[in-house]
Amino acid sequence: MTAARISVPVRLPGALRDLAGAGPVVRIDVPAGATVGDLLDALGRDLPALERRVRDESGALRPHVNVFVGTSNVRDLALLATPLIPGTEVYILPSVSGGGID
Amino acid sequence: MSDDAGRTWSEPAKEADAAPVAFPPSTGTSLRDIWQLRLSPTEPGVVYAGVEPAALFRSEDGGHSFHLVQGLWDHPHRPTWHPGGGGLCLHTVLPHPTDPRTLTVAISTGGVYRTGDGGETWEARNKGIRADFLPEDPYPEYGQCVHKVDLHPERPGRLFLQHHGGVYRSDDDAASWTRIDGGLPADFGFPIAVHPHRPDTVYVLPLHADADRSPAGHRYQVCRSDDAGGTWRPLTEGLPDGPCHASVLRDAFCTDQGDPAGIYFGTRDGCVYAGRDDGESWTEVVRHLPDVLCVRAAVL
Repeated sequence: MTAARISVPVRLPGALRDLAGAGPVVRIDVPAGATVGDLLDALGRDLPALERRVRDESGALRPHVNVFVGTSNVRDLALLATPLIPGTEVYILPSVSGGGID
Repeated sequence: MSDDAGRTWSEPAKEADAAPVAFPPSTGTSLRDIWQLRLSPTEPGVVYAGVEPAALFRSEDGGHSFHLVQGLWDHPHRPTWHPGGGGLCLHTVLPHPTDPRTLTVAISTGGVYRTGDGGETWEARNKGIRADFLPEDPYPEYGQCVHKVDLHPERPGRLFLQHHGGVYRSDDDAASWTRIDGGLPADFGFPIAVHPHRPDTVYVLPLHADADRSPAGHRYQVCRSDDAGGTWRPLTEGLPDGPCHASVLRDAFCTDQGDPAGIYFGTRDGCVYAGRDDGESWTEVVRHLPDVLCVRAAVL
């Protein structure tokens, strides 16, 4: 018996689309019950050059990149442990920050 | 990377499975910034990257992929290095001009470290550098906030160093340091650079320390010594009268390979100045750039 899987649409910002060699949305298959971290793991297997612009080498989200499940920023939820919601898009967005002296 | 002097750029690692500079999982650390890229003068294809948090990486394929220099990462001092104002960075990499196994690096704040065995083992080399910002022992083995170090390739045993308070020279492969800032308008600054053809000629750009981090006297004065730090002369002809308030960062200063040499520096308010006659007189090259982080000269 095969575990149920879901296909999650991931919407990409323009800067990452050429790395994906795809349009604005890529679909990633993950098991039902998977988390954002699982999704990014699967993304990294298919498109490593894209994934490492979203997470650093320790697996943490990069400072100026935000991931939303639907309209919720995972930084306000459980970060990478945030569960995916079947039928709901995931957005990868460069955040409105950076460019200053930090 | 660019093979046409910056007109076009490619990203060799774009399609690669791994980032070119990345900490191995065993470190539990992630890269924040790359502060310095330096080609080896003795080993073709070897490139060093000094990074934040303070670590050294080495590439043997022209910068396509790098590995962590584990010997420095494992140094017992490392857990007690502290970030300077710019972060805990390894900002200076000085390969020996003839011996590929010898390399000097500088860390803020850790100080100068040197390897003679290709990076396996490293020794702190800060003897004589006074750390005014430490309350007890001002001459610790390490912990100095070294800002920049330079050497002349024909005289690699002599090094010049700009510290967070104090300019120094070593004549013994960095084993000990002597203060040489007498006569300078300020002992603080970031860059230091040796003339490309005259090993006794060295340049600094003095800044006020700490509370008012601006050019000494509120005008840019490139100070040159022609006797290895014995005496200094300010070179200001053609530089603005001031008042100037923007400082000059550690890599925003360089020489070219000409004789006489061109000397170049950029400011945090986006101006770049050139002194094409060993720095005797200056012209403004460009203004209104963003914060100038790095200036390098090339012949086209």
